[in-house]
Amino acid sequence: MYFDSLEALLYMDGHGGFVWAAYAITLVVIVALLIAPRRRQKKLLAQLAGELRRERGAPSHSPTAVEGDTHASGS
Amino acid sequence: MWTFFHKLGSPPWLYGISGSILRYLLPLTLLGLVVGAVWGLLYTSPDFRQGNSYRIIYIHVPSAVVALAGYYVMATAGAVSLIWKMKMADIAMKSCAPIGAALTFVALVTGAIWGKPTWGTWWVWDARITSMLILLFLYLGVIALYEAYDNKEAASKACAVLSLVGTVNIPIIYKSVDWWYSLHQPASIKFTGESTIHPSMLYPLLLMIICFYALFTCALLMNMRSEILSRERRTKWVRKLAAGEGN
Repeated sequence: MYFDSLEALLYMDGHGGFVWAAYAITLVVIVALLIAPRRRQKKLLAQLAGELRRERGAPSHSPTAVEGDTHASGS
Repeated sequence: MWTFFHKLGSPPWLYGISGSILRYLLPLTLLGLVVGAVWGLLYTSPDFRQGNSYRIIYIHVPSAVVALAGYYVMATAGAVSLIWKMKMADIAMKSCAPIGAALTFVALVTGAIWGKPTWGTWWVWDARITSMLILLFLYLGVIALYEAYDNKEAASKACAVLSLVGTVNIPIIYKSVDWWYSLHQPASIKFTGESTIHPSMLYPLLLMIICFYALFTCALLMNMRSEILSRERRTKWVRKLAAGEGN
């Protein structure tokens, strides 16, 4: 490791603020990039599941048509 | 060969295969990004002229490189959807835009942060930086244009044309540091001839570039999957999938 101590790593001879800010912003953007489609997908599937339950007219009825479905595991 | 193209146009097939790819590629990508970042931040020596601020290179260069490459992907998908009216190409084009915008944003922001200790300023209206800003607007333009139309087909056509026209900007970005006098340094990594970067700095940088490409791929597949579901919501296979998820 190049730095002797944690303080040296955080301070980086005065450049620490810049470096860490750049990495933090990048991290936030990457996390947002990966979470957004997951949330959209979850929301959509939940919404569709709700619609299906209402169509069947029985809210307590649990759907069974999942056997042999290779796509269900992929999400 | 043709069956492959036929499959590529099939939403359930693409949804399934992209799910299997993501299961391995996404954890691998995240691991690679962590390794690359730790390597670059902790285990390389500082640049002899720029000191430690140069460590921003490990996110700045990869994000900029992939933001440019992503534009090619988007424009190519746009061309395919325009010429062959392929539904999946249109989905791919639409899915590229937010990722490209995010990566261009990262490249610009990390560049500004790097510029402050190195050039003494956050921002200059320099050829490289200005053309990158135009790239950001092109990505945002595609997103906005897509939302502006109620008619999906018209939106897809307009976006494809915009992304194709915007391709002009890409070689300008590449060549901007050679064509104009610029604060921005020219490329350190060259495919032909000697790279002007020390191997101890080059390897973590290459790892980060590869991982950013992988990240782009993952995000693209994820965006495409949610877009496929949204467009195919009335089909049997999606309803079946929703029924399985909902309990």
